[in-house]
Amino acid sequence: MSTQATQTDPYAASSRETTEGRVYTVTGGDWESTFTGDIPAEERLVVNMGPQHPSTHGVLRLVLDLEGETVTKARAVIGYLHTGIEKNTEYRNWTQGTTFVTRMDYLSPLFNETAYCLGVEKLLGVEAPPRAQTIRVLLMEINRVASHWVWLATGGLELGSITAMTNGMRAREKCLDILELVTGLRLNHAFVRPGGVAQDLPEGFEERVRAWADGQEREIEGVRKLLVGQPIWQRRLKGVGYLNVEGCLALGITGPLLRAAGLAWDLRKTEPYLGYENYDFEVPTHSDGDCWSRFVVRVEEMRQSVRIVRQAVDRLEPGPVMVQDKKIAWPAQLSLGADGLGNSLEHVKHIMGQSMEALIHHFKLVTEGFRVPAGQVYTVVESPRGELGMHLVSGGGTRPHRVHVRDPSFVNLQAIAALSEGGLIADVIASIASIDPVMGGVDR
Amino acid sequence: MTVGQPDNDSGMFGVSGSGDTSGFGGLVRAEPGAAVVGHSTERPYGGYFDEVADLLQGAPGSLFDNSVTRVVVDRGEITFFVRPKHLVALCQHLRDDANLRFEFCSSVSGVDYLDTGSVGVDDPDRLHVAYHLTSMTYRRRIRLEVTAGVADPHIPSVTGVYPTADWQERETWDMFGVIFDGHPALTRILMPDDWAGHPQRKDYPLGGVPVEYKGATIPPPDERRVYQ
Repeated sequence: MSTQATQTDPYAASSRETTEGRVYTVTGGDWESTFTGDIPAEERLVVNMGPQHPSTHGVLRLVLDLEGETVTKARAVIGYLHTGIEKNTEYRNWTQGTTFVTRMDYLSPLFNETAYCLGVEKLLGVEAPPRAQTIRVLLMEINRVASHWVWLATGGLELGSITAMTNGMRAREKCLDILELVTGLRLNHAFVRPGGVAQDLPEGFEERVRAWADGQEREIEGVRKLLVGQPIWQRRLKGVGYLNVEGCLALGITGPLLRAAGLAWDLRKTEPYLGYENYDFEVPTHSDGDCWSRFVVRVEEMRQSVRIVRQAVDRLEPGPVMVQDKKIAWPAQLSLGADGLGNSLEHVKHIMGQSMEALIHHFKLVTEGFRVPAGQVYTVVESPRGELGMHLVSGGGTRPHRVHVRDPSFVNLQAIAALSEGGLIADVIASIASIDPVMGGVDR
Repeated sequence: MTVGQPDNDSGMFGVSGSGDTSGFGGLVRAEPGAAVVGHSTERPYGGYFDEVADLLQGAPGSLFDNSVTRVVVDRGEITFFVRPKHLVALCQHLRDDANLRFEFCSSVSGVDYLDTGSVGVDDPDRLHVAYHLTSMTYRRRIRLEVTAGVADPHIPSVTGVYPTADWQERETWDMFGVIFDGHPALTRILMPDDWAGHPQRKDYPLGGVPVEYKGATIPPPDERRVYQ
């Protein structure tokens, strides 16, 4: 390409003189035509990756300083998916909060809901009935498997394994089928409510979930066979994105990253909630602290989650799924009628024809909500990405005074620089994938 | 500041403003709770809390007496209210002492207590920052709380002790306008760089989209009529 043509090209690189020498701004095109004969001996490239890059898991933006193909500096820029969920909850009642928090980390909605509801229950001083607790455990573990499948599928896709993507998404869809059967929705369930869960399990659930567990074990084994011995997969992951336990603790990293570095820290074991101490499962760990060990740990975690689901199904006892206190429990007794799901006919008859007090009560609880005594709590659950914490503050009213979410993706993403600086730019992709950040949770 | 007084605005049934006569609010008075008011819990605190407090009181240089203003135990959680000046030294001790080993900072979050109890706009205790510390060694959790006013919202940064606080302090700056002195790069993190104001403060105007339908407009959420 002639110099003349370069000068008239509207997409040609612009350049300007700075204190650090001449700086070119490039948005694409061929290297040869970008520079017109004055390529400097020393090149420092600043590459802006994202926020629309397909391998940044949504809208993460990375600013990478490169020397050749080596990353010398990595900075993460976030906030592109900030929706003000924390602020929004302050203008809704406590029950409506579940509908908001479920949308934060959209790959683990049931964890968000459960962490939030455990916080509200702690503030109220109530405990969900045993059947509701078992249902929560059951749904969360199915959700964990689904979340890890998405991690495997997207991570595999980014590293060039299309089969991992197709198999992972197929298996994830099976998990979502079960969640849809129970909650009516594939994502954003708002099924876990303060005091219990929204409704009881549907008929035929136990057979369906047992068949699901069998299918998942086959799928997990299939992925293990596909990837564990795969030389390209090994070379892309082994020794890449190293972070040891000290680094994890300093940066606040929890979840599979911490366990892959060798510390068996799993809140289900260390600070059991919802009766996790009664389930028989193991906390998989690895000692290498690289992307490969995170892969191994997550695959084994899926297997353990299926194991917990099987135990949870076995220990489902009949009983209520919501606290008996009618000042807290949602009044709508849902049932499936000829015209679809709605308030049960008996409940409508009762409030419309028999008891004015019941009608007032229904109205007050739905429009106004219940009061939560003033105070603050911090509750945690082990989400697929680590410690999911909820700092809830009540001023004594029907709405939260403050809901802060300690989202594990947000904190774990701080490890980007530690994982990628000094490595190759191609390995940045593997490192991000191994963190498994969900930007909905990071930005909230 | 007269926090800790019973809330005289609410009636017998804990109702204020809405004219609720159903008694639905029950007999739970909207008392400003432990988080809000200036009261302190008496010993014994129960559980491991006494041990942690004893260990802190035994810290050299009367660190406890200098730094901790009051201790609140509520709903099975302990909160140490800390003077900002001594926050970093206290965190350092909590992290490094072999018998405490709070090596993990779970969460840093801000809370604006405007309009609870009698906390006013210029109250020097209006903004709180809560640090949730975890001891993985002893499996314990505590909360440190530091307060500041909007006129002088300075709190020392704990990033030197807990590097994980980096982004969380940036978020607290972004949302509440708390300035963490000593933070390596205290810039906005969730809002755009050129944003004005701190959205999670209680007096931040929400605004709203004026949706017109046959002449009616929908006010922003903080100006709507509410049932509570």
